[in-house]
Amino acid sequence: MSGADAVEQAYQLLQSDARQKMESSKEKPAILLGTATCGRAAGALAVLNAFKEEIEKHHLDVVLEETGCMGHCYAEPLAVIFKPGHPPLCYGSLDEGKARRLVSDYLVGDDPCYEFAMAALEPNDVFPTFADYPRGIYERKILLADCGLIDPGEIEHYLARDGYSGLVKALATEPDQVIAEIKESKLRGRGGAGFPTGVKWEYCRNAPGTPKYVICNADEGDPGAFMDRALLESNPHQLLEGLTIAAYAVGAEQAYIYVRSEYPLAVKRLRTSLEQSQMRGLLGRNVLGSGFNLEIKLFRGSGAFVCGEETALIASIHGGAGIPNHRPPFPATSGLHGRPTLINNVKTLSYVPHIIRNGASWFRSIGTPGSPGTAVFALAGKVVSTGLAEVPMGTTLRNLVYDVGNGIKDEKKFKAVQIGGPSGGCLPESSLDLPIDFDSLQQAGAMMGSGGMVVLSEDDCMVEIARFFLDFTQKESCGKCTFCRLGTKQMLEILADITRGQGKEEDIGLLQELAEDVKLGSLCGLGKTAPNPVLTTIRYFQSEYEAHIREGRCPALMCKELISYHIVPDMCSKLCNVCIGSCPVEAIYTRPDMLKGIYPDKCVKCNSCMVACPPQYKAVVKLSPPVVEEPFIEEAAAEAVEGGGSEGEQGSDAEH
Amino acid sequence: MVSVMDLIEGEEDLIHTAVGVVLQSCGTGRESLIPVLQGVQDRLGYLPRLAMEQIAKEMQLPEVEVFGVGTFYNQFRLNPPGKHQVKVCMGTACHMMGGHIILESFERRLSIHEGETTPDREYSLERVACVGCCALAPVVVVDEKVEARVSPIRVDGILLTFEIEKKEQDALQKQGEEAQPLIPQQEAEQRREEGLEA
Repeated sequence: MSGADAVEQAYQLLQSDARQKMESSKEKPAILLGTATCGRAAGALAVLNAFKEEIEKHHLDVVLEETGCMGHCYAEPLAVIFKPGHPPLCYGSLDEGKARRLVSDYLVGDDPCYEFAMAALEPNDVFPTFADYPRGIYERKILLADCGLIDPGEIEHYLARDGYSGLVKALATEPDQVIAEIKESKLRGRGGAGFPTGVKWEYCRNAPGTPKYVICNADEGDPGAFMDRALLESNPHQLLEGLTIAAYAVGAEQAYIYVRSEYPLAVKRLRTSLEQSQMRGLLGRNVLGSGFNLEIKLFRGSGAFVCGEETALIASIHGGAGIPNHRPPFPATSGLHGRPTLINNVKTLSYVPHIIRNGASWFRSIGTPGSPGTAVFALAGKVVSTGLAEVPMGTTLRNLVYDVGNGIKDEKKFKAVQIGGPSGGCLPESSLDLPIDFDSLQQAGAMMGSGGMVVLSEDDCMVEIARFFLDFTQKESCGKCTFCRLGTKQMLEILADITRGQGKEEDIGLLQELAEDVKLGSLCGLGKTAPNPVLTTIRYFQSEYEAHIREGRCPALMCKELISYHIVPDMCSKLCNVCIGSCPVEAIYTRPDMLKGIYPDKCVKCNSCMVACPPQYKAVVKLSPPVVEEPFIEEAAAEAVEGGGSEGEQGSDAEH
Repeated sequence: MVSVMDLIEGEEDLIHTAVGVVLQSCGTGRESLIPVLQGVQDRLGYLPRLAMEQIAKEMQLPEVEVFGVGTFYNQFRLNPPGKHQVKVCMGTACHMMGGHIILESFERRLSIHEGETTPDREYSLERVACVGCCALAPVVVVDEKVEARVSPIRVDGILLTFEIEKKEQDALQKQGEEAQPLIPQQEAEQRREEGLEA
């Protein structure tokens, strides 16, 4: 095909331009600073300014670039510094002071400040790389490989790393061959359900009717998941390339990216990327001279969890409320404007360029036979190293929590891991050796979901977490199906009663019964999966429900109505007033004998005093079931002061 | 449903012009409804009832349809935003680290519920789904600035800073342009930082 040669030629030209541009700056030292939303929250913009000022002050010729997220959110703000003669080093937990030191000591002087460094990016003789840590051993990065290392605002960075070569390869073959390759790779949709992507593409291609549409679902609504945000902010061109290949394969000339408006930075970076691709002929009319046309539009979602559902998403683009419709007809045959429409998740589409570049068998060699490839998780909660992790499918939960996540914070005991957000479930310690893939999680009662993973410790109440998720799904229910609208409401009220200590013996059975009804009586995934958090917590942690109901006790000391705060007289220093200062409602008072007490009726149980009490005393305790402290009687106190008050005061003096 | 607040003087004209401009750029087709509502909110900070009525009229849609879409999505607010917007993250990680305690602290201090604005339009309080800063939980976004690891005491600190700023400004206005602020900027900053440490 001569057309293919022309495409190849056009691409070579773009790529050599990009490489030349990159090459020219390679001799100079470079600082790459992660300024995705997570970095900004940790203060990356202040660090950026510090770098700028310090570089100017020393009149240095240094490349300073803003990149995306490397996944090590626990160590943000994070920067990678390249300096000829040294291995590229990654520095974590930066602040303005460290940034200035790095410029003055490393770039001006020649001391790489190893004390601030986390790891090197390439093997060398002086400093360990990420691969030398347990996290690096278990991680296998495909989607996240370039995140944090390329400037998402510059298409050249992506092109220089062979970006868009998958598109060139795809354009050189027939659409059917592209679909065959994706089918052979056994790629499964990463939105949660795990439907085979190639099969979906084929349905859409073979469906009668034109024009056809492709929609990228970037409406990441799961509270506690941020993989899609990180991908959009860190490597938007990877998605655009995948989306373009998908459109070519199914024969669409119009595509949409449905992105959450809660992600303003992602929207901004996508806009820039679209403009750049358009300018270089990678989008628009006659892509790279191949004769294939594609227009990509951004549609800002307006914050509705249910719009992650395909038919609701389409209703939303149509300009209405995001209310799901009955399937079939599936969007692949009748979707946007009643035409065949392919809807894929951000991660699914981002895998596509890699599969086309490296071949289906390469992809199948990673992960498990049933679920090939990698899984991207947003690790959060009580785990030490929170952030994004990409591991091959089939990695066990234990590896994820203890090796990638470095275990539980404050050496607490592991209790459960909540996987898949509001649609998923809580898995207990006995499931830790479960290899994670689509099918194994389904069997355990959870769900792959979008990839949110919240680790829970002994301080977390399982009834409360079930209540939290149901509260979320109940608020987000669109109200179309009676069981989802009213069933979740009833379940929520029962759960709230249990957390308040007003649960009844028959509540557990009633919850299970209602859960089955809601699952059966709901049209879309939201209702069908909403009861999962409740069902799995009952399945694995029934004793906690029973403690709430029978004893009015919250074993994790979390449910507010079931706990009370006390100050242990033997532990209190008497002369220290930290707890009084920490209390936002003035519920702590000093007794005549100098011990501190808490008015139970004033206390809002905000935990401030417990955090504030110095670690050498640890005098504040929580009790469940709540104990009403005996009112403080003056005479009794007077006796106590006479008895041993002075001694106690001397003792605490010594401690100060 | 939160109560809807009264318009202030001159707001009516502002609404008319804003809706006009947005409709002109987005078009009046059925598919533009959400972008139009987004555009109006971008300009006015919220969706006043008057604006929704005007949109319905010009797009030839029943008012209930526009109102339905406006209330279906979480992003649209029916109340004007406060001068200071407080958004408490209610993602899973923040909830487990005590986000609900922070929300309650704000509700207690401001005497409003989530989704409402104080009568003087000084503060508005909202909950947001995950802002993706789970490592720094619990998180509050105050006027675009992300506050990490917030405690109830920090809540008081944040509000105190704004109060001091407001007092300064009021004093400035009273005493005219030349007058010195009651508390210099630096000291206010310092107080804010002290609040953070506490």
